[in-house]
Amino acid sequence: MEFALSEDQRLLQDSLKGVLAGAASLDQIRKIAVGDAAAIGALETALDDFGLAALMVPEDDGGLGLGALDAVIVQEQLGYHIAPSRFLATAVAAKVFRTTGSEYLAALASGEMRIGLALTELFSRRDGAGLEAVKDKLAGKALLALSADGATHLLAADTKGRVHLVAAPATRTAMQTIDRTRTFHEVAFAGEKGALSISPLPEQIAFARLLVAADTLGAAQAMIDKAVAYAAERQQFGRVIGSFQAVKHMCAEMAAKLEPGRALIWHAGHALDTGDTEGPVMANLAKSYMAEAGTFIARTATEVHGGMGFTDLVGLHYWFKRIGVNRQLFGSPEQARETAARLQGFAA
Amino acid sequence: MKLDLDPEYEAFRAAIAETLAKNARLAPTSEDKGYKNAKRIAWQKLLIRHGLAARTIPKAYGGYGAEPDILKARIIAEEFARSRLPGPMAGQGISMFVPTLLELGTEEQKQAYIRPTIEGEMIWCQGYSEPGAGSDLAALRTSAVEDGDDYVINGSKIWTSTAKQADMIFCLVRTDPAAKKHEGITYITFPMTTPGIEVRPLVDMTGTANFNEVFFTDVRVPKSGVIFAPNKGWQVANATLTHERGMLGDPNATKARFLELVTLMKSESVNGERLIDNALLRDRLMKLQSEVYAMQANGLRITTTRLKGEQAGLAGLIVKLNGCDLNHEIARLAIDALGELGILYEEGEHLRADGSWQWRYMYDLGLIIGGGTAQIQKNIIAERGLDMPREPKLAKA
Ligand SMILES: Cc1cc2nc3c(=O)[nH]c(=O)nc-3n(C[C@H](O)[C@H](O)[C@H](O)COP(=O)(O)OP(=O)(O)OC[C@H]3O[C@@H](n4cnc5c(N)ncnc54)[C@H](O)[C@@H]3O)c2cc1C
Repeated sequence: MEFALSEDQRLLQDSLKGVLAGAASLDQIRKIAVGDAAAIGALETALDDFGLAALMVPEDDGGLGLGALDAVIVQEQLGYHIAPSRFLATAVAAKVFRTTGSEYLAALASGEMRIGLALTELFSRRDGAGLEAVKDKLAGKALLALSADGATHLLAADTKGRVHLVAAPATRTAMQTIDRTRTFHEVAFAGEKGALSISPLPEQIAFARLLVAADTLGAAQAMIDKAVAYAAERQQFGRVIGSFQAVKHMCAEMAAKLEPGRALIWHAGHALDTGDTEGPVMANLAKSYMAEAGTFIARTATEVHGGMGFTDLVGLHYWFKRIGVNRQLFGSPEQARETAARLQGFAA
Repeated sequence: MKLDLDPEYEAFRAAIAETLAKNARLAPTSEDKGYKNAKRIAWQKLLIRHGLAARTIPKAYGGYGAEPDILKARIIAEEFARSRLPGPMAGQGISMFVPTLLELGTEEQKQAYIRPTIEGEMIWCQGYSEPGAGSDLAALRTSAVEDGDDYVINGSKIWTSTAKQADMIFCLVRTDPAAKKHEGITYITFPMTTPGIEVRPLVDMTGTANFNEVFFTDVRVPKSGVIFAPNKGWQVANATLTHERGMLGDPNATKARFLELVTLMKSESVNGERLIDNALLRDRLMKLQSEVYAMQANGLRITTTRLKGEQAGLAGLIVKLNGCDLNHEIARLAIDALGELGILYEEGEHLRADGSWQWRYMYDLGLIIGGGTAQIQKNIIAERGLDMPREPKLAKA
């Protein structure tokens, strides 16, 4: 037995890190956050060139043929660098298409088909949102669609819990969240015809949630790294604040919360790849675990920075907000736990 | 233990409730934003006239001039929370500087500053923290050098809330660099329009500039601005800090927010179910309510010790730590209850309460840090409240 990333996986991690260090440096992220088209384009190109779209597409369809664990590693890096990316949506689509047949996989890998996710209403419906499907034609509105910007197609949920692949409607309205690194939209449907209609499988929902957990894992790791580095530099009372037990304990508690989360996420990714029946349970638990750990780490890392953490100066808040949004995406931690309970027959 | 109030106090409560109800239509709303907003100032003056603000400040200085009565103060706070009308103005001038001045200021200073401050016409900022002096406030280095009847100030401050809007600053400066760390500090006030002051707003995580950097270059200010005495600034600052920590953990303010959360959970639905009908969310709400009630009861206990002229001890020392944490957690539940829509932050059809729950979630984290961090509060609780040994002091003055 070996519970560790493979050589290839570490390579994937490191090379992506290299790309992101440049194209998603904090300076670049600040530009992206205010909608700077050049910065957004540069990052998009860098990630396209890296081949993220093809990652989970089987080799026969022109992809790299990698799995859920690899995707998790990628998403963690994106979270670490708070990089916007269509990767999460693409990976979920690839997972769906791998079940439904290969028709769309080549287009997904080549970047011809660019996916956004309009799945919010699978988990919670508010303000009259929710799509009605009549004979494969969709009407209604979806809130907080992810990566709808520039998407050619959406995976969109209807009120019966079915998910449709549909050409992205032209009408969408930006919904500005606290997290300016990513864009969310309200999308209005007016009879668009679904090309494909499925009942999402537990492992597909679980995978989407696992990727969000991985994003939080990365973002939380970045916050811990920053807190530890700051504590080693900042002096008060004639000593570095990292020498105060109070500060050390805050950092140690963050690490103690995070590390098991990382292991759980790896395990869940692996289990989804091998088809282990526990995979979806673990992935849902990972979403819940990281939502809670992330909330704690986002707050604690800010506290370690004192007033500096509250300002825009060190940009720590971008990570804080990314984690805050992830907590609510694709269902609350309570919902993820409820799903895990149901999958195990603990609840009807 | 006897919890019912004497009839005199019950009558007082009824009178307050009536006054508030009668004047409710004059209250400023969320539309009336900003400092020196005419409606807010008019409301504040009305409150003072009725003894609902600046209640114990002597008439000579523009206050209502009542005898201090902690029970009445508490009843007033409770009635504001109950009526959900905007309470008296707070802020660093009213809640921190004025009490300090009353304690330690000269007659002339009181005459000059108290009335405009409590009426909301004079805004103050607190110039304590510096880049190198946060938790270790006594490490501050901004210098003030005597020159005839003046001091000449050089240096800089950071995290100065409302410096941009402030007319005046109360500021800690080093007047005796040769003295021990805590002994060479002076507490001085001066107008923010004095030449040589530059204010640079600092944007914070909420996306607004709630605080600033303030730079002093040869700022010449009269010695008459010193509060109490030169080189006694540390004592004065501590008096102010006590008032700040009381303000930051106020259980009535927390209760008012809790009630807003209850309203939110009763009025919002998800998947066709009212949030308050969701057992998980309701359980979290009740857990918070237990803490809100506990802090309110703790407040009653503090009130009683103060009535007897005793120190509140641990009950008092924990207020800032617990109160700020509770505010942050109340905002967190509001966001969680709103779920996906709880993450919205800018104008738009689906935004709730102007994004104020997110704003509070972040700003309340700021207040967990500001006014003495949670860790420093815990040190104080352990050392002063539990008499535990102090951390070895490695710092040299
Ligand atoms: C919203 C907000 C408003 C503010 N408004 C004002 C204002 O109007 N005027 C003003 O003068 N200041 C203001 N401040 C500044 C505030 O008082 C300081 O931020 C605070 O005292 C902490 O100092 P610091 O930021 O330098 O953090 P640091 O002191 O550098 O602290 C960094 C970390 O080290 C920890 N630490 C430091 N020393 C110890 C120790 N001895 N033991 C254990 N842990 C320790 C802290 O708890 C913290 O986690 C404001 C701050 C905020 C966040």
